[in-house]
Amino acid sequence: MPVNYIDMARTFKSNAEQVGIVQGHRLCPGCGAPIIAKFTLMTAKKLGFEPVVGLATGCLEVSTTIYPYTAWTVPYIHNAFENVAATMSGVETAAKSLKKFGEIPEDRKFAFIAFAGDGGTYDIGLQSLSGMVERGHKVLYVLYDNEGYMNTGNQRSGGTPTGSNTTTAPVGKVIPGKVQIKKSIVDIIGAHEGVYAATASISDPADFFAKVEKALNFDGPSFIAALSPCTRFWRIPDSATNSVSKLAVETKYWPLYEIDRGVYRVTRKPRQFKPLIEFLKAQGRFKPLLSRPDADEIVNKLQEYVDKRWERLLALEEATKDKYLR
Amino acid sequence: MPKMVLMQGDEAAALGAIRAGCRFYAGYPITPASEIAEVMSRELPKVGGVFIQMEDEIASAAAIIGASLAGVKSMTATSGPGFSLMQEAIGYAVMTETPTVFVNVMRGGPSTGLPTKPSQGDIMQARWGTHGDHAIIALYPSSVQEIYKYIITAFNLAEKYRTPVVFLMDETLGHMRENFIMPSEREVFIYNRLREEQIKEEEVFLPYETEEYAEPTPQPLVEMGKARFHVSGLIHDEAGFPMANPDIADRLVRRLVEKIRLHADEISIYDEYMTEDAEVLIIAYGITARSAMRAVKIARNDRIKVGLFRPITIWPVPRTRLKELLSRVNSVIIAEMNLGQYAHEVLSLTKNDVRVKLVNKVNGELITPQEILDAVTELQSGIVGYY
Repeated sequence: MPVNYIDMARTFKSNAEQVGIVQGHRLCPGCGAPIIAKFTLMTAKKLGFEPVVGLATGCLEVSTTIYPYTAWTVPYIHNAFENVAATMSGVETAAKSLKKFGEIPEDRKFAFIAFAGDGGTYDIGLQSLSGMVERGHKVLYVLYDNEGYMNTGNQRSGGTPTGSNTTTAPVGKVIPGKVQIKKSIVDIIGAHEGVYAATASISDPADFFAKVEKALNFDGPSFIAALSPCTRFWRIPDSATNSVSKLAVETKYWPLYEIDRGVYRVTRKPRQFKPLIEFLKAQGRFKPLLSRPDADEIVNKLQEYVDKRWERLLALEEATKDKYLR
Repeated sequence: MPKMVLMQGDEAAALGAIRAGCRFYAGYPITPASEIAEVMSRELPKVGGVFIQMEDEIASAAAIIGASLAGVKSMTATSGPGFSLMQEAIGYAVMTETPTVFVNVMRGGPSTGLPTKPSQGDIMQARWGTHGDHAIIALYPSSVQEIYKYIITAFNLAEKYRTPVVFLMDETLGHMRENFIMPSEREVFIYNRLREEQIKEEEVFLPYETEEYAEPTPQPLVEMGKARFHVSGLIHDEAGFPMANPDIADRLVRRLVEKIRLHADEISIYDEYMTEDAEVLIIAYGITARSAMRAVKIARNDRIKVGLFRPITIWPVPRTRLKELLSRVNSVIIAEMNLGQYAHEVLSLTKNDVRVKLVNKVNGELITPQEILDAVTELQSGIVGYY
């Protein structure tokens, strides 16, 4: 039975039991990460799963578990920065084994969910994530992508966009901040065999829930990359989390799509797009870039990039239609 | 009069490294060492250097080894969890005799531990973190001014002995801001890498050739493109080619250890305060030495004969001087923010009739002068037995 979104909206406001992560944590006001965790866990619960979560080191981990408190109402494990996928591989395999030996009843439906930020996913955790997907562990890995090492104070990561101002790739007179292009993480994970990978945005809950549902019912590993605005280091007001997320989708910065066993599907196709500059202008982290004399040139290049990427996505969708691998 | 400025420990480490000639930094964010990377990312490009943020600490450590072999003085900085990941590469740098500096701003461990709190828990990891028999040089300053001074020493030792040098700090030293005076040209000595002239095609380059046993500097390192240089973490001969010959293996491993051990006195740096007539010797290093210094001053006011010995080279241990001091005192206090890691070394040099008191703390807080004074009082009252 698919999840009913009106029901979900009610759940969002209701009790801890149905949500999995509760109030009282110390994440910044307006942080995207707890919303992403909530969306994922409440969908899992609605579908009748018992979530078991693993966390990589990061904002979500440190701010939700400050001794003697915890914001989690589900079983929780944190290991280190680089190995949440490996840790959850172990948890998932052990559960399978315990079921086999009759220690856990066969009918218990667990949802093994790993949460990690972009540092723990794009960079240090990529090896462990690729291993988990390749071995085929039935774990849902949710990336909350705030596009930098925000927990240690805004250092650049493999997920930081071009031109963003960070402490280790500062925008100066000579170097315009980060010059490399953000990794296309969903394509990287989607290129593995037998995996479901998707992007999601908190500004589009219906799409988000549907993807979590698909991921949890998928027979194999799954991966969701959710854009997670960081009010502190994106330099946006606490109230702009949703509007900036929305702009990201509307400007082709964060296209919503999925890769199901090699088949691309663009899940949201806005009729009209806004220029990328609107997304950039809405955030203080791009301000140093936009005040450079060559700002127009750089922005045009970025616009060209997102346009091309969108065209490519549509072409891939066309080309891979119904051509499932495995 | 040189200008006094307010400087942070991490900042001093970065600026000192650049002064020493470091032109390559590869690192990965981690509390409490991230500021070193941040300063490097800003300052290195200004002097023609390169800053790279890597995907993790394993990569950071490997990158600085590559850069150093290519001919550039290189450094990385991290804290406990990252230092654990770097251990394999540190062993590789030992084996390939690659000058490198690894900064470890210590925080509470094990594992993620206490990320924002100071600790001195990695003293033994600095010595024995990587596998196999080896020797290591590790320095540990006590102030922001000293961080700047001794990180230059760290680079000099790395170059001179062709070895990785571990530069220890702690969270308090790293994040603390205090008065700093920029040393003048005359006050700074920089050891520059010996450079090989172009090697002729027919000539065989022997990067690991040594004239005598444990000669610190084998052959000068060559710059890229000047000779064919075969580098391997396997046991190798003088040319660098892997060899499983027992004699060669024995000679290489012993030489790697001896080149540091035989020069321990030359490498050793330490500081002493009122040790001439001391009956009680306090041994402390890093940030803890500053509490110990205060304790000595208070105790001296009460006419208790207390002295402070502060090793700055944690490894190798300044054994000669330490042994001498330990033979003169009747009791010794070892204060450290771990459960007695350096104490192991001190105890191995202590005679049976010396009373020993350990002051240890692993709760993320600094050891206070009072806690050290309490230990002095206990020793004075004679209620503490022999260790």
